[in-house]
Amino acid sequence: MSEIIKIVKITGTALPMRGNEIDTDRIIPARYLKEVSFARMGDYPFFDERYTGEGKKKDHPFNDPEYSGASILFVNKNFGCGSSREHAPQALNRFGIKVIVGESFAAIFAGNCTMMGVPTVTASEKDIQQLIKSVEENPKTEYTVDIDNKTLTYGKVKIAIDLPDTYRTALTMGSWDSTALLRANLEQVKQTAKKLPYMNNFAS
Amino acid sequence: MAERTLYDKIWQSHTVGLLPTGQTQLFIGLHLIHEITTAPAFDMLREKGMDVAFRDRTFATVDHIVPTDMRQRPFLDKEAEDLTQALERNVAQFGVEFFGLDSMNQGIVHVIGPQLGLTQPGMTLACGDSHTSTHGAFGTLAFGIGTSQVRDVLATQTLAMDKLKVRRINVNGALGTGVYAKDVILHIIRQLGVGGGKGFAYEYGGEVIDRMNMEERMTVCNMSIEGGALVGYVNPDQTTFDYLKGRPHAPKGEAFDKAVKYWQSVASDTDAKFDEFVNYEGKDIEPTVTWGINPGQSVGVSEKMPLPDKLSDPESAKKAYEHMGWTPGAPIIGTPVNVAFIGSCTNGRLADFRAAAKIAKGRKVNPNVRALVVPGSAEVKKLAEAEGLDKIFEEAGFQWREAGCSMCLAMNPDKLNGREVSASSSNRNFIGRQGSPQGRTLLMSPAMVVAAALNGKVVDVRQYE
Ligand code: SF4
Repeated sequence: MSEIIKIVKITGTALPMRGNEIDTDRIIPARYLKEVSFARMGDYPFFDERYTGEGKKKDHPFNDPEYSGASILFVNKNFGCGSSREHAPQALNRFGIKVIVGESFAAIFAGNCTMMGVPTVTASEKDIQQLIKSVEENPKTEYTVDIDNKTLTYGKVKIAIDLPDTYRTALTMGSWDSTALLRANLEQVKQTAKKLPYMNNFAS
Repeated sequence: MAERTLYDKIWQSHTVGLLPTGQTQLFIGLHLIHEITTAPAFDMLREKGMDVAFRDRTFATVDHIVPTDMRQRPFLDKEAEDLTQALERNVAQFGVEFFGLDSMNQGIVHVIGPQLGLTQPGMTLACGDSHTSTHGAFGTLAFGIGTSQVRDVLATQTLAMDKLKVRRINVNGALGTGVYAKDVILHIIRQLGVGGGKGFAYEYGGEVIDRMNMEERMTVCNMSIEGGALVGYVNPDQTTFDYLKGRPHAPKGEAFDKAVKYWQSVASDTDAKFDEFVNYEGKDIEPTVTWGINPGQSVGVSEKMPLPDKLSDPESAKKAYEHMGWTPGAPIIGTPVNVAFIGSCTNGRLADFRAAAKIAKGRKVNPNVRALVVPGSAEVKKLAEAEGLDKIFEEAGFQWREAGCSMCLAMNPDKLNGREVSASSSNRNFIGRQGSPQGRTLLMSPAMVVAAALNGKVVDVRQYE
């Protein structure tokens, strides 16, 4: 596999996306799943909320020039629920998002993000409210998300964040791109397969 | 060793080892692929010069974007054509068995896996679609995965996974007439919440589930993911074995008997330890309809739509009302309907069509309603036609289509227009899901969809039963 990229700390400005249960259909409308590659996904996050039918820009955090260049996304509860489409994290990532901080995430979405090297970290409801307020008041605020120590800092404020240990290890060790890791055990895989009776259609 | 759940047993027998990340490397017995989530995964294989590791455990079909009226190639929609061609190229190059448009076995992945006898108890299964939990109806651990995981399975036939907790959900007693599997799962999601299954596998049991046929169990397991549970399953029993017997990929003769022994052995032990227990009574479940923008926002058909401040998440409810345009506190009965859709991997099987046809027979769809029935697979279509169900639907004013996902996610030409309201037997009522950003979706059972189609509004199907 190519070089190992360890994801330990991310510093940058942030973008708030308020709302619970923001599903992947909203993050990326299904019609964009028809594209054969992910190359253009960065143009599409929240497309139907950001543009009118005639293609005019609407008021939306993802259109707001104040937040342009943000690499950290603040969200509320159960972000990324619904369809398993990896186009959703691809769209956010290609838009420039490198880490997502929220109250909670849908499981498949969080897994998809992690495997792309985009951590999804959680913080308490109160802290998230505070974070969203801070960026809305001053979009130029710089935040540092420390994956290894599970903290998020800005100015004098330091808050606790969390993510599953397995994700944290994968990100900080640079083994989040799991194919190489799994491929290394191909011999054991074959051994495991041999022991499963259905693998030879219960012949022996 | 006693006290183990089906989940524990299959997890253990499929564990390849522990990864340095702390995750478990889990062997995947069956990998189903389709046109949407796979093209970039195959590209990555090519880039890295890798093969499909277990190609005889990999099966492909086209379902998501296929038109259900005119199937002539090339498709009118150029992107749909490109994506289909990409899959055709990929399966040819990598030697994967493919059920294409001209195959009798074509259909929605979650319909054809079971129908072909590919899906079996005691197996792990993965597919790049979130409703893969459907296959859990067989006592299969089935995971919906993303594209980079599709690549992992193609390249290694394994996944890096974290173990889940298991919540046993009992549905006791019996269901009333006019109450279906769809109502059971909508009820469960309403009670436990759309995020309530996070970190859990759902094991469904109790008398109501035990009595269900396989198609009904599939409907229940299908929507586990809408309750936030990555995995949902039912323990295999005689109903499961009877369904599998004689299917093209099921073991035959002596091998079948051996298989049954293995399948019995994977069921949860009677003294299995669960992390959580919940109980529901079948008699408390009514025909259920969603009023909002997630599958947990539902009410029984005789109820009124809730007041946001009475709910645990008033903000989401307010947002839902804003989009849907209903008045909080109004009865759900009488809500207008412009489109009726029967189909999808949730309710696109023969049993669903039989239940729907029973209501449609000899009646007429309201002239203001556009109504369509889309079989979940070519085989379902054939069987339904053999019973004359297509005629019943057509005489009632429904369109009868070719197999595919269709208006479940509207990636093909079947879409809502503008603010249309759809009564839909599918699984998601998210904003924009059925193809119009302003469109509105009410999820319900196929029988309730028919009743809504006949009246141009939501009614209680029990008046017909
Ligand atoms: S019918 Fe709907 S939910 Fe099922 S596989 Fe197709 S698009 Fe997905």
